[in-house]
Amino acid sequence: MYLYDQYDQAMVDARVEEFRDQARRRLEGKLTEDQFKPLRLMNGLYLQLHAYMLRVAIPYGTLNSRQMHALADIADKYDRGYGHFTTRQNIQYNWIKLEDAADILADLAKVEMHAIQTSGNCIRNISSDHFAGAAADEVTDPRPYAELLRQWSSFHPEFSYLPRKFKIAVIASDHDRAAMRLHDIGIQIVERDGELGAKFYVGGGMGRTPMIAPCIREFVPLDQMVTYAEACLRVYNRQGRRDNKYKARIKILVHEMGAEEYAAAVEKEYEKLTEHPLDRVLEELERVRTFFEDPLFEQNAPETIDRSDPDFALWVDRNTVAHKAPGYVSAVISLKPVGGIPGDATSEQMRLMADLAKDYSFDELRVMHTQNIVLPHVRMADLHALWTALDEAGLGSPNLDTVEDIIACPGLDYCSLANARSIPVAQKISQRFAASGKTEALGQLKLKISGCINACGHHHAGHVGILGVDRKGVENYQLLLGGSEAEDVSLAKITGPGFDEEGIVDAVETAADVYLRERQDGERFLDTYRRIGMNPFKEALYG
Amino acid sequence: MADLSSDPARLNLIRYRDDKPVDHGAVTVDAFLDQSNASAVRIEPGDDARELIPHLERLALVEVNFPAFGDGRGYSSAQILREAGYEGELRAVGDVLVDQVAYMRRCGFDAFDPDSALDADDLEAALNRWPEVYQKAADGRTPIWSKRHA
Repeated sequence: MYLYDQYDQAMVDARVEEFRDQARRRLEGKLTEDQFKPLRLMNGLYLQLHAYMLRVAIPYGTLNSRQMHALADIADKYDRGYGHFTTRQNIQYNWIKLEDAADILADLAKVEMHAIQTSGNCIRNISSDHFAGAAADEVTDPRPYAELLRQWSSFHPEFSYLPRKFKIAVIASDHDRAAMRLHDIGIQIVERDGELGAKFYVGGGMGRTPMIAPCIREFVPLDQMVTYAEACLRVYNRQGRRDNKYKARIKILVHEMGAEEYAAAVEKEYEKLTEHPLDRVLEELERVRTFFEDPLFEQNAPETIDRSDPDFALWVDRNTVAHKAPGYVSAVISLKPVGGIPGDATSEQMRLMADLAKDYSFDELRVMHTQNIVLPHVRMADLHALWTALDEAGLGSPNLDTVEDIIACPGLDYCSLANARSIPVAQKISQRFAASGKTEALGQLKLKISGCINACGHHHAGHVGILGVDRKGVENYQLLLGGSEAEDVSLAKITGPGFDEEGIVDAVETAADVYLRERQDGERFLDTYRRIGMNPFKEALYG
Repeated sequence: MADLSSDPARLNLIRYRDDKPVDHGAVTVDAFLDQSNASAVRIEPGDDARELIPHLERLALVEVNFPAFGDGRGYSSAQILREAGYEGELRAVGDVLVDQVAYMRRCGFDAFDPDSALDADDLEAALNRWPEVYQKAADGRTPIWSKRHA
């Protein structure tokens, strides 16, 4: 795990003092709300429907038990005893007072955490593969590259007032577990002729105009990765649209210019920037890499699991993932209990997860973009003890990647942008499928719900997506089918007219039944949809 | 030509340079490219700063206008000019606020002419805020990566 040195600590501490001073000037009336807004946003502070929301960065989703304990303490001290893990591997608190914000940032700085650039029109927290360092299929651990970009993008003087927010994801596997091509920049670390380099995808995104990022360069040498990113950003900062907030993301620029022309503009800028080479990039990369070396895995760790308890066996089958080290797995802690709020965890649950990480996973946890928590390195021999502790705390739901494992945005229960509630729909769907017993039969079915067109709940990328809209003052829900955020990335399509709150739950079940009827050997919901197309679903839904 | 010392529009001017300020007003980029005698030019957010690069030697002042502080194109304009070797005055004008001046300094601005005067204490605090920097930028400060591996 990356640890701060005196430089990183000095920067985070300075940021706390800067924000404390800005908040004071705001409260004294020296800053107008318009002037203060981008400053608080760049410190993670949003004004929501009922209170301020604070979004804390969890760089590339990796944290240790001490940090998770600190997050729990903040939930108790400044909020209502819980937090919400987000689709960009962060955590947010929903009931924050402006007067407390600087103190919270100071508490975070004590455990090498911050809320820097978790909002605002700047480069956001860098996300990555939640199984990094554990997955058998990666060419290297992507997190050192993400950390390099974290440092480079923090307090970037040229790119802090971009046309719009800017999100970067870094992976290092052909299996995309980070929705990489739905980011403003998606970087895949690849190997070519024995050498590592960065493959750049630019201009993806969800929101009201979803786009899949095209590849604009196959291979950037590692010592040039940051410079190339700088060129991508400079072209965007100069040429991205600022006349219309809804056309200001880089995906619109890339789309309007065309990927080839955008790539050519980046190459030109890159050529100029290489005349001013960055210093010590490879040395810094080497330094950062040492923080992500493998923990001391036990040699010959036993690979047998006592499956005599069927509940435990089901959890093992559903919620553990193959690991590169023999005798180990990555274990997913579901934050999707049936009828619960997706991604929420109480301070008690956070503390338990922290302690279990310390006992069973080399003191490391990960936040998934699907709003669950991973213990990345667990001995198979420890799984039963781990599961027992989780199950007692309501954290043992065996539903990874099932229809119950729903991504949902906060929706109209919290968010001032939302048109409809997301949480109650998620709750009803998980209850419906758990009660009918179909969850297991359906297998992998990724369901994603957004309460407005901004798509924070990733509905475009759901095998089944739900979009809440406002229809003449009434919440209405559109159904979408066929999206994927993975390496087989695709954008979901709307089935037809929307449904009311009860109707959308029925509609999801109807679509699921079409799949159960039509599927062939080994097909997931998404595979069947891709084979048979929209029509059989439409017929069942609208007759 | 306007005399700067008596120009009410220049009351808020702050310079971090020792040379004398240019004593005449800045012209638009189009006007500058059309006339050979101007030595001061004003860049609007949509202008391409690179058009000035062939003429840097006769420029003593480049004003970069920020009609709204949230429009960050001027930061790139400044960086580009400094990267191209421009050493004259680079002045941020318009909606220039104290919470943006530290980044502006990093991008190479060495003068500010804000619409509203900046509070002197707040300005000093802002410019002394950052003990270190992560990035290489036009101000030439040594970035953390270079210090770590010196």
